[in-house]
Amino acid sequence: MTEPSSTERLIAAMFDAAEIERTGDLVTGEGRLDGRSISIIGTTDRTYIGADVAVAMARCVLDIVRDKPGQPILIIVDNSGHRLGRWDELMGNNGCIAHLTKCLYAARRRGHRVIGLVNELAVSAGFMALGMATDACYALPGAEVRVMALGAMARVTKVPLDRLTELCATSPVLGPGVENFMRVGAIAGVWSGDLAGHLRVALAERPEPGDDRRRLGHERGGRTAALDVATRVRAGA
Amino acid sequence: MIPPRHSYLEASARARLAGILDAGTFREFCGPRARQTSPHLPALGMPVAFDDGIVVGEGRIDGRPVLIAAQEGGFMGGAIGEVHGAKLAGLIERALDIRPDAVVLLLDSGGVRLHEANAGLIAMGEIQRAVFDARAAGIALVAVIGGRNGCYGGTSIVARSCDVIIASEEGRLSISGPEVIEAVEGIEEFDARDRALVWRTMGAKHRRLIGEIDILVRDDIDAFRDAIAGHIGDSRPMDLDALEAEHARLVDRLSRFRDAADGRDVWARLGVNDPDRVSDIEADEFNALVDALEGARR
Repeated sequence: MTEPSSTERLIAAMFDAAEIERTGDLVTGEGRLDGRSISIIGTTDRTYIGADVAVAMARCVLDIVRDKPGQPILIIVDNSGHRLGRWDELMGNNGCIAHLTKCLYAARRRGHRVIGLVNELAVSAGFMALGMATDACYALPGAEVRVMALGAMARVTKVPLDRLTELCATSPVLGPGVENFMRVGAIAGVWSGDLAGHLRVALAERPEPGDDRRRLGHERGGRTAALDVATRVRAGA
Repeated sequence: MIPPRHSYLEASARARLAGILDAGTFREFCGPRARQTSPHLPALGMPVAFDDGIVVGEGRIDGRPVLIAAQEGGFMGGAIGEVHGAKLAGLIERALDIRPDAVVLLLDSGGVRLHEANAGLIAMGEIQRAVFDARAAGIALVAVIGGRNGCYGGTSIVARSCDVIIASEEGRLSISGPEVIEAVEGIEEFDARDRALVWRTMGAKHRRLIGEIDILVRDDIDAFRDAIAGHIGDSRPMDLDALEAEHARLVDRLSRFRDAADGRDVWARLGVNDPDRVSDIEADEFNALVDALEGARR
């Protein structure tokens, strides 16, 4: 027996009971909470979202939409971003990831409540593919969300690491971290303590009719310009 | 007589717009006079642009109303920051209010602007959501690729979320740039200086052959204009049947080319007789080849 992954331990801690299956870094199944069934699609071990993983996850979403109409879906996000490799790019991984997000969108349109929860790590396209394609995405207190590690960012932007680190102390748009992604409106909140309680509340919430993340980012002071600019452009001004 | 070409690749965002829209029909939103610059770049000692590197507005193509955006690749590599992203998202959201015949996105972008990374990434999510909402309302989203920066990062995922993709031979569409793959995975995985390898892996011809883009045109603004005009109103379903069909296509691709090491292997298996020539042929000959292959498959 291999040790259960942190994603499997998280599921065990959150639900009254759960039946899950692990295939590679993919963890899928169904959990029970207060007598209600919730579909689970997750990854573990900070996997990379390659074309295969994206398409396998899309299959899970399509199966749930077909076989369990309206059932809530919990996406457990744990990835190091998209897979950086020649074969995945040759196959058009961007198309595979776009397909996965289309499937999640279709599920939401058909009345499935889709909740995201970042377990350990969510990076860039891996966050776009999963976390940002949900009705609302939350994070565990120890989770990390980022576009790029600061060292690599310093190399690419040619801004000295010291300066970047200094700016990160005051700017939520620049550095990694769940707190920053909460402030820009990408993470709805942090789940600490009673996980089942948090899930219960998230499932009970009505989805917003429009995209409310810009408003969240504005209220939380993480994005000072986006709400105003988008509102003006939408009005044709 | 060969008509003169006006290179789309070499043109600025505004020149592309002028060449694609009916003359005198463009009305810009939140344009340079609004001086809506990035609030984040000055702290990093970076220059700003009065339009934050994107032009958005409405106009007409063949008399039909469209919303249109053009990323300026000359500013920050067309990368998406807070203001740039909000302009793009707001434009696409406007489609729900005014129901144009199409929303046209002239993409020329390396992806998220790292100098304001978190705001850029969440903007990607909002742009993609807006694309899906507009499509669900039956409005056609047309993505256009043919600029210096290609279409990379989150922008490549946005492009594939649209109904139709039109690209020139010079267009590239992929998540990771060659330099990033080489830097992280090593030169054995990807030699970024091997330009031929870049085109065979990420270039528009490869993407057209495997079905990731719909139309390939020569690098000419008029050719782009005609292709876009042909897809105004071309809204494609995103229902379960369409998603299952797309799924089957992707599963088939991944299994069929599981051991392919190079674009040429893929093309040979698709029935291209002389894969070494694909990179050299002009758009017209290439499109005739694609038509013949697709005809043979039917």
